[in-house]
Amino acid sequence: MSTYVGVFLALLVGTALTTWVAYIDLGAFNTVVALVIAFIKMTLVILFFMHVKYNKGLTRIVIVAAFFWLGIMMTFMLADELSRNWTPTVSTWNTILPFLR
Amino acid sequence: MGDMAAHGAVHDAHPPGFAHQFEDVQQQRDAGRLGMWVFLATEILFFGGMFTSYTIYRQLHLSAFVTGSHLLVVKFGAINTAVLICSSLTMAMAIRSAQTAKSKGTIIFWLILTMALGAAFVGLKLRFEWYRDYLEAIVPGINFVPHAKWGADAGQVQMFMCFYFFMTGLHALHMVVGLGILSVLVWMTAKGRFSPEYNAPLEISGLYWHFVDIVWIFLFPLLYLIGGRYPGS
Amino acid sequence: MSTAISPPHDVPAETRTNYLNASYGIRSWLLTVDHKRIGILYLISITFMFMIGGFAASLMRIHLLEPQGALVQPETYNRLFSIHGIVMVFFFLVPSIPATLGNFLIPIMIGARDVAFPKLNLLSWYIFITGSCFVLFAIVSGGVDTGWTFYAPYSSTFSHTSVVAAALGIFIAGFSSILTGLNFVVTIHKMRAPGMTWFRLPLFIWAMYATSLIFILGTPVIAITLFLLGLERILHVGIFDPAIGGDPLLFQHLFWFYSHPAVYIMILPGMGVVSELIAAFSRKRIFGYAFVAFSSLSIAVISFLVWGHHMFVTGQSVYAGLIFSVLSFLVAIPSAVKVFNWTATLYKGSISYQAPMLYALGFIGLFTMGGLTGLFLAALATDVHLNGTYFIVAHFHYVMVGGAVMAYLGGIHYWWPKITGRMYPDLWARIAATIVFVGFNLTFFPQFVLGYLGMPRRYAVYPAEFQVLNVMSSAGASILAIGYGIPLIYLIWSLKYGAPAGPNPWGAKGLEWTIPSPPPTENFEEMPIVTEQAYNYAGTEEEGHHG
Repeated sequence: MSTYVGVFLALLVGTALTTWVAYIDLGAFNTVVALVIAFIKMTLVILFFMHVKYNKGLTRIVIVAAFFWLGIMMTFMLADELSRNWTPTVSTWNTILPFLR
Repeated sequence: MGDMAAHGAVHDAHPPGFAHQFEDVQQQRDAGRLGMWVFLATEILFFGGMFTSYTIYRQLHLSAFVTGSHLLVVKFGAINTAVLICSSLTMAMAIRSAQTAKSKGTIIFWLILTMALGAAFVGLKLRFEWYRDYLEAIVPGINFVPHAKWGADAGQVQMFMCFYFFMTGLHALHMVVGLGILSVLVWMTAKGRFSPEYNAPLEISGLYWHFVDIVWIFLFPLLYLIGGRYPGS
Repeated sequence: MSTAISPPHDVPAETRTNYLNASYGIRSWLLTVDHKRIGILYLISITFMFMIGGFAASLMRIHLLEPQGALVQPETYNRLFSIHGIVMVFFFLVPSIPATLGNFLIPIMIGARDVAFPKLNLLSWYIFITGSCFVLFAIVSGGVDTGWTFYAPYSSTFSHTSVVAAALGIFIAGFSSILTGLNFVVTIHKMRAPGMTWFRLPLFIWAMYATSLIFILGTPVIAITLFLLGLERILHVGIFDPAIGGDPLLFQHLFWFYSHPAVYIMILPGMGVVSELIAAFSRKRIFGYAFVAFSSLSIAVISFLVWGHHMFVTGQSVYAGLIFSVLSFLVAIPSAVKVFNWTATLYKGSISYQAPMLYALGFIGLFTMGGLTGLFLAALATDVHLNGTYFIVAHFHYVMVGGAVMAYLGGIHYWWPKITGRMYPDLWARIAATIVFVGFNLTFFPQFVLGYLGMPRRYAVYPAEFQVLNVMSSAGASILAIGYGIPLIYLIWSLKYGAPAGPNPWGAKGLEWTIPSPPPTENFEEMPIVTEQAYNYAGTEEEGHHG
């Protein structure tokens, strides 16, 4: 019971914190801080409200797998979108190969 | 174990709600919990598709997305976040009441409180956010009118607002479904179905409710707070 | 040839209570929660959808007899190939083995009374029917012409066809898949009989488990993709519109993130069936059991890492293309592992050539050809030449039809006596299997040549020099159609006139062959206790190693 109230208060503090930090200029770190706080809040909800701290391994595997797959989707899609405009540079092979022939 | 005659003898020992494809209540509870977590995994991928698209476009069109984000009111997003966190607490209390053999009335009290908070979330969103956006003519597909100062960013600001409405809309839809599930739980509790031995529907509905809360925990900073809200952002 | 439990032989099959005669009437079927009846409901539904998709294909092949088109207008041709793809992929192949054979067999093979969530199972069928109705509505209201791939912005902005109805139908049917996959995962984890450890499971179960992982992790993404597409089409604004900065490739990424693993949804169950058939008709334990089991899981995992190979020529980043190409080569390895292990099983096996075995052997040959041609497409440079041509069409038909459909037919024939309690005439079955094999190759091998020579896919017309190969392909299609029609006739005939089947007509190993044919509603009179390894044809006690 006290765990629940403790987690509840932590979540409210996290919300207040993330809102407060948004009004401070940290440049690119604003996003990082916001996401870190969100991850911590999510972890608290999963471990305590959803009782995963007391569950067996299979539940944890399911959760990890879901996020890992989401990670696959984000990583590969971002990799494409962000590297689309990279121009290939002249590689070392281009200079060496004529000599090898 | 499983022999038909012996099974008949222990039949009366099974609580109401026991499903006979299972061997015992423990197996049923384990299966139900695993089933709900697998379903939540599908929901993570479902929302994840939109989160991924959002992340990509944010990377590509950051200034337009910051402009769009500033059209939203942080106060209401923060209040709604707090409302949902309270509802997660009340939901956890409802399950705990069933597990510690509190009266039906106690369980129903916590469930109704959770529903009230969930309804408050949807109500606040509709009245103070979406309706306000409608009045400000920034609802894509309905009455979106770009402001002149957005310049060339106008298309991407519209896209941001698309994401805003699609993502919060999908989330709100899940909340409404959750409210439906909660009302069924209230009815089941009133019928006396739950006890410390058998409260699986409460527990797995709780998982769903907490999941919807987690989605909002991410939506709030990603939609309302990106790029910061400090002067000059 | 021994069975652990056999029913009393003096009780005639017709009077023994089984799941078919336990209750009568349409309500007892439409409101059933028995996984076996639900499997049959799906069997009927997907056979119907197969005929719709096949009809579209027949019209296409007739049309392609002439270089300028023999039958329909180009706009209609576009609708035909789109409907053929949508119906065959989403409403036949994806549910085929999982929803019919999977539903029927999984609980029995693991020694359970039913799946974990029988009511969800029934709901899943109703959801499938609802989705099918939307797609059928899309067909009768003029069809769609976007291809089964629904690429934006054509599908979101410019097409004047029933895109929303079709997308909605697929969206809804996706939930059917998700619930089926969820049910299977929970059932296999939580409801195995005592002694049925993971490494004593039939390989069909491993394959279905891997397939269910893909159902769960992939299908939600196509759901959200079609949801966004539908919203964009209805509201005339969205996130795929280039005019406001949207990226058409984003749609393709989201679409293929599911649709590539989807092809493994279509083939993995077939591989599971083939493992069962090869073991039964070689009377030998599958060689390398653990390798085959883990290869199913590897395929499921790696399949999620390769989707960009559908986008090599779309403007995707070259660097991403490199990574996807390497990973696509990697995903071929577990499939090859299976083919090698099946072949090793055949060596020194006691082989018999009944119809299911003919289908299984056909699968191994044709799937290998289809898989190898996939490597041509995984290599960036050759894909540039072959993409968008009939080479691709031939490649995926070899794996999907020469692979998955043949495995499906083999499985239907193998388990038909268990499902119905009747045997079909094996001579006709073998004739049909041969006709299917010949017709299939005649239809699709010329398409490899056509593709290599440059004939584009999804075109209603083609250069005159390609006519001979196209006519060959269409001729093959008519033979293939006959090959598919014959089983429909004798299988239905067998329901009334086929010889009654005993519990184990094939003399095979597996829990499903220890119960009567057709099984009683609760599957097992007594919970089985499993003490031997899978495919225990040699009759050895398990020694604690896993093959």
